[in-house]
Amino acid sequence: MTPAIRVRGLRRTFGSVVAVDNVDLDVIDGEFLTLLGPSGSGKTTVLRMIAGFERPDAGTIELAGVNVTNAPPYARDVNTVFQDYALFPHMTVLENIEYGLRVKKVPKAERRARALEALEGVRLTDLGDRAPSQLSGGQRQRVALARALVNRPKVLLLDEPLGALDLKLREQMQVELKAIQRDVGITFVFVTHDQDEALTMSDRIAVFNEGRIVQLGTPAEIYEFPASEFVAGFVGTSNLLRDETALAVLGSAGTWSIRPEKIRIAAAGTAGEAGERAVAGTVREVIYVGMSTRMVIDLAPGGTLVAVEQNSGRHADQRLAMRGENVTLLWNTEHEYSVN
Amino acid sequence: MTLSRGTKMLLGIFAIIAGAFVYVPLGIILINSFSTNKSLTWPPTGYTTEWWSKAVDNEGVRSALLTSVVVALCATAIALVLGLLISLAIARYRFFGRESISLLIVLPIALPGIVTGIALNNVFTSYLGGLTFLTLVVAHATFCMVVVYNNVLARLRRMGGSVEEASSDLGAGGWTTFRLVTFPLMKSAILAGGILAFGLSFDEIIVTTFTAGPGITTLPIWIYQNLFRPNQAPIVNVVAAALVLVSIIPIYVAQKFGSDDERAGGVI
Repeated sequence: MTPAIRVRGLRRTFGSVVAVDNVDLDVIDGEFLTLLGPSGSGKTTVLRMIAGFERPDAGTIELAGVNVTNAPPYARDVNTVFQDYALFPHMTVLENIEYGLRVKKVPKAERRARALEALEGVRLTDLGDRAPSQLSGGQRQRVALARALVNRPKVLLLDEPLGALDLKLREQMQVELKAIQRDVGITFVFVTHDQDEALTMSDRIAVFNEGRIVQLGTPAEIYEFPASEFVAGFVGTSNLLRDETALAVLGSAGTWSIRPEKIRIAAAGTAGEAGERAVAGTVREVIYVGMSTRMVIDLAPGGTLVAVEQNSGRHADQRLAMRGENVTLLWNTEHEYSVN
Repeated sequence: MTLSRGTKMLLGIFAIIAGAFVYVPLGIILINSFSTNKSLTWPPTGYTTEWWSKAVDNEGVRSALLTSVVVALCATAIALVLGLLISLAIARYRFFGRESISLLIVLPIALPGIVTGIALNNVFTSYLGGLTFLTLVVAHATFCMVVVYNNVLARLRRMGGSVEEASSDLGAGGWTTFRLVTFPLMKSAILAGGILAFGLSFDEIIVTTFTAGPGITTLPIWIYQNLFRPNQAPIVNVVAAALVLVSIIPIYVAQKFGSDDERAGGVI
């Protein structure tokens, strides 16, 4: 099947800075794909080139099999939700939503009906006559979403749309966005630097670093099997054992990642079960984070690992008292993952 | 910030002195225009509206006023078109020499009027066949353009590019985007720039003396020519007083639109 978006050899420089370097990407029709990476990693530039706001120096972009590399934004069947929403301040909410239909010469009655429907879809039915300046951040966000979706684009591009919202609203919008995407069945390409957001919402994640895609996969693949030290560190807690330390602890050199929640903390001297590795260590730091407790443990053979335990059993105070205690760390050897 | 009582009082006194320095002489002109005293001296000796009716009937004043208005309108029209186009180019496109052009546009307002006047006078008389009404308009447009440019550029910078990108993203071509988004959002800045440009042209005297064709008398020139004729002094005074009153209107309008800008300019 023809992918919704096919990107080949995409490259973009700003002066001497290579923002996007030889990116290949296929976005499957109907999927929720997240471009995840630190700021300056090129993810937003890729999105802007797909939208048509930036021209690539090299490479091609196809939308549903049609080459649009040099087409202007208004000739592409994609719509964008901007980071700052970019609502038109001199128009009402309803006029904002109607805008795309208006410039495409959709008859007035039809566009009004579709705009109202879109407004209802984002649960703002009564706010159509307001000015954008009279809305809260979360409401503006929904108007921006409705303004894009009302055009029924093949692909919706979202540039860090939740970045300006507070945590509660953010989590609520994550769930809502995902539900909307399932309902309308439109391909979503979502840019974020927030790993939690990427893991919760996406069908697939493309991890960006220094202008390149360093890993592409499902959230579980990215998290459980990071392809490189960078991915292991950027997605989830960096829990790495390197070189001599790795040799001493695991018996083989190189760089290894063990996710914190895979590690079990037991009394000193506990023997591991079949397939488990047991390593002695001393608790250096205990950090209480509500639902769970993070422990930083210095291993006896060298190196440091972070372990996370749910606060379901032992009382939090008992945990906090474990600082300085000798313990044994246990984990299944299949969770030792090489990131060379 | 909290200020101590003493500081507040001191600042208040300074503010009153500074304000008085500007507005008391203007007030005196206004009051003197109704005085029976023929020389512009204080205190007024009696009340009369004779000078006002004489000024209204004065042929010289009328034609000078008309000339000034026409010149200012023409210069403002040129300034609006050029200032708007240049500010769009500078704000929305990257091209070679962008920074230098920006500087060159603003420079005329900083140059001493007498230098601009002499320079333009030289070019007009030596190469372009002498001074006319048109040379005066063009000369005025050179500095009127600057205020339009500055106003519109500031608005475009504050607006940012993302609303235009959003418009384009939603299917609007360049012209539609300008018509439905860019222009409505900078309308008030254009109007404010235009009013300032009109005001600048209307009261300009130095460049005018060097670039106006023979027989063309603008209102400031008329005032200057008649200031030292004893008989005309009261009428000059009336014209000055009228100008003070008339100037209040554009400033009021410009300020009103300035405050609307807070809403229109901030991009949501």
